[in-house]
Amino acid sequence: MYRGYEAVIGIEIHVQLNTASKIFCADGTQFNAGDNENTSPVSVGMPGTLPVINKRAVEFAIKTGLALGCNIRKKSIFARKNYFYPDLPKGYQISQYDQPICENGTITFKVGDQTKTVKIVRAHLEEDAGKSSHLGDFTMINYNRAGIPLLEVVTGPDMHTPQEAAEYGRTIRQIVRYLGVCDGNLEEGSMRCDCNVSVRKVGDPKLGTRTELKNINSFRFVEKAIEYEIERQIDVVERGEKVVQETRLWDPDKNKTFTMRSKEEAQDYRYFPDPDLLPLVVSDELISKMKAELPELPIARKNRFVSAHGLPEHDAEVLTSEKDLADFYEETAKVSKNFKSSANWIMTEVIRELNDSKLEIAASPIKPAQLGQLIALIDKGTISGKIAKTVFSEMWKTGKEPEAIIKEKGLVQVSDPAVIEKIVDEILAANAQQVAGYKSGKTNLFGFFVGAIMKASKGQANPELVNQILQKKLNG
Amino acid sequence: MDLINASITEIADAVKLKKTSAKEVTTQFMKRAESLNPKLNAYTSLNSNALKEAEAIDARIAKGEDIGAMAGVPFGIKEMFCTKGIVTNAGSKILQNFVPPYDATVVARLKKAGIVITGKLNQDEFAMGSSNETSFYGVTKNPWNLECVPGGSSGGSAAAQAARLCAGTLGTDTGGSIRQPASFCGIVGVKPTYGRVSRYGIIAYASSLDQAGPMVSSVKDAALTLEVISGHDEMDSTTSQRKVPAYSKDLTANVKGMKIGLIREYMQGGLHPDVQKTVDQAISALKSQGAEFVEVSVPMTEFAVPVYYLVAASEASSNLARYDGVKYGYRAEFPNLSAVDLEEFYGKTRGEGFGKEVKRRIMLGTYCLSSGYYDAYYNKAGQVRRMIMNQYREAFQKCDVILSPVTTSPAFKIGERVSDPLTMYLNDIFTTSTNLAGLPGMSVPFGMSADGLPIGVQLTGAHFDEQRMLNVGYALEGASSVKGKAPSV
Repeated sequence: MYRGYEAVIGIEIHVQLNTASKIFCADGTQFNAGDNENTSPVSVGMPGTLPVINKRAVEFAIKTGLALGCNIRKKSIFARKNYFYPDLPKGYQISQYDQPICENGTITFKVGDQTKTVKIVRAHLEEDAGKSSHLGDFTMINYNRAGIPLLEVVTGPDMHTPQEAAEYGRTIRQIVRYLGVCDGNLEEGSMRCDCNVSVRKVGDPKLGTRTELKNINSFRFVEKAIEYEIERQIDVVERGEKVVQETRLWDPDKNKTFTMRSKEEAQDYRYFPDPDLLPLVVSDELISKMKAELPELPIARKNRFVSAHGLPEHDAEVLTSEKDLADFYEETAKVSKNFKSSANWIMTEVIRELNDSKLEIAASPIKPAQLGQLIALIDKGTISGKIAKTVFSEMWKTGKEPEAIIKEKGLVQVSDPAVIEKIVDEILAANAQQVAGYKSGKTNLFGFFVGAIMKASKGQANPELVNQILQKKLNG
Repeated sequence: MDLINASITEIADAVKLKKTSAKEVTTQFMKRAESLNPKLNAYTSLNSNALKEAEAIDARIAKGEDIGAMAGVPFGIKEMFCTKGIVTNAGSKILQNFVPPYDATVVARLKKAGIVITGKLNQDEFAMGSSNETSFYGVTKNPWNLECVPGGSSGGSAAAQAARLCAGTLGTDTGGSIRQPASFCGIVGVKPTYGRVSRYGIIAYASSLDQAGPMVSSVKDAALTLEVISGHDEMDSTTSQRKVPAYSKDLTANVKGMKIGLIREYMQGGLHPDVQKTVDQAISALKSQGAEFVEVSVPMTEFAVPVYYLVAASEASSNLARYDGVKYGYRAEFPNLSAVDLEEFYGKTRGEGFGKEVKRRIMLGTYCLSSGYYDAYYNKAGQVRRMIMNQYREAFQKCDVILSPVTTSPAFKIGERVSDPLTMYLNDIFTTSTNLAGLPGMSVPFGMSADGLPIGVQLTGAHFDEQRMLNVGYALEGASSVKGKAPSV
């Protein structure tokens, strides 16, 4: 709640489906292609060319729709959205209008401690336009993006805080990455976010006039832009003025939104069914097939990690933030047979190293099975937890198997009581003064002895045995 | 051998059997085209590579390669079809220098069958017109009477074929643009079922109505050409997967026991007496061959013309949006381009690039699709269109093929109707409903007006039933008094 006002927020996210070819022709979709390299007569809209739907794009749309709890329309319609712009090659964009492929879903996510559910009104397929770059008085156009498949996911006006909006965006990103239908890279434009924001007095059933914040390229900026916009609109209303319905852009440098175009300039898109494309008919079989291909989604997976693996809520959440990370964890745990320890190693050592070397989890030089073996070796008592850290660093550097490193470096834990007892005796003999001190009541010297023994054994002594034997020698 | 008046099959056979060469055939037709085209303005451009292409075919034949069913046949292509490396302007200024980097699927299929492209044929601008008077490249003359129009929009194709400036041509038909000029020029024109022939590479006018088809001298040539160009195309998802019948092989003039429908709503008079006479003669000719005539009713055809213009103009307004001077085609001159805003850029380019009739239809279509009018116009037109389709479906329960006039009158004089677009639009009254219903239709020359102008008869078939329609056409052709009659140019 803001100064007695409530914000109402709805979001449209354009998800770029990462198909190998464009939505209506065989042109490639790589991000870094040379200018206009990924074009053909079809994607630049040459006279006489016709669109043919990419089956993969339809499958990806269905998968996403199912993951968002949507109904999948058996028969959806492609429509033309007509407007002029130099980067729109045909003078219309092929999109879906009154009969989109996915409708009526919901998505649930957490904002702080609260659980939030947002309605997904629709998710429809459409083609992207090209990209204009402005250089002085001139504009250059690159049509590589023209025809890239997009799925536009539209929510109801169900969110009320900037945090909810940002978290919604992150959740969608997480889901499409889980599904493998989009890389979720906001900077490269793989996801683009438009937010509709209005304010009204708390308790007022009527929606206020909304503004649309367009093309914000990070969820942190989504939060900031909405925050700014709410305050701005309340100021306008408080001054007794009217909020103007318009499209605004976010300036991340100035931390404010500014007018892009007002409603007076709004277009009449003259939507009508594209006569070049027959209605898109999807079979029950295809829908079932896509359903069967759905991976376990983040929330379900998190809950399973808590209930079946006994992980703390926080650990489960961190580990399921990315599908690759969750997979890494599960594969590690499968080998280590130790859920909690696997989680700990990944959340501390692995993630730290990844961050330091700016790597994605998939590029980790230590494979999950190797980490699992390392953890199993600790649990078996072959090495101590401390030695394990040394082994881990070596594994990270060389990618070698843990056992090979342990063997090579002679790091096997010493668990022979006789050997340990000998070291203990030596240390106690060499530190007669401290022994006397301990016996006179300075029991905190215990740690000093342990440290010395471990040092003498180059860390290889089994710490439990060291404890036991030392206890016996000092107190016995 | 009289190559100029030979059929497509005769030419192809002669070339394949080396009785003549593709080069010889092409030379003869190109010479004729060069000398007569200035009179007719049927070609907008002649293919300067035609002889080389013909030689290449001869070389392949010499090597014993199997050339297709149209080996060395000189073929003219309407400007509406993209032809790789050859200017394709759709009759418009806005595409005056456009050279496509690819062939329309139908052109590619004809080339594969062995044709030699003689040149590109004049047409109404973007196929919008019924008289060939809206072409930026000037009016085409009717070879039967140079003061008359050849019909539109495939008037260039019809005139070139009638005057034998090539051995076969391709046209497109959105509301009658193959059948009406075929009738005006005394040739055979076939508009196939929607989805029978690929639209890929055909410059779009009204996507849900456009179909390409042969405009040739005989029904047999039409059947053969249709066979070559038909079939599914993975570049056009509206094409049908149905197998293409061997139209030319299965062609038979036997109409005994066939039921031929006459549409009640079309028999209410108002026809030019010569047209009426021709239709009546066609009916008796078929009756005498054992066909049975039944009356059918397609009451909604009353609305065919307005519905056609709403649908066609709406789709056209969208299809023609791509001609904006940004990527290809005509761009207006701006002395100081950097000072021009986008709206001015589009406005001037499109204002100068499009002709009057095209602008009229873009405006009409934009209006029909705009918010607040969509339901009243485009949507309503779509509903009536479905009713027309259903009424035809019912009609074809009672008959095999429908016979009707093609137009209300024979070819009219150049300039006679230009100032009256509504009368011009009504010219399409007998042809448009076929496109709205997606049915195949054809015009077969059958009579002659008192003024010496050809008159065709229209046959309409059921969906994908081209064969029966062609068979009836073949029977009509056999009984026609004008068979083999050619204009002297």
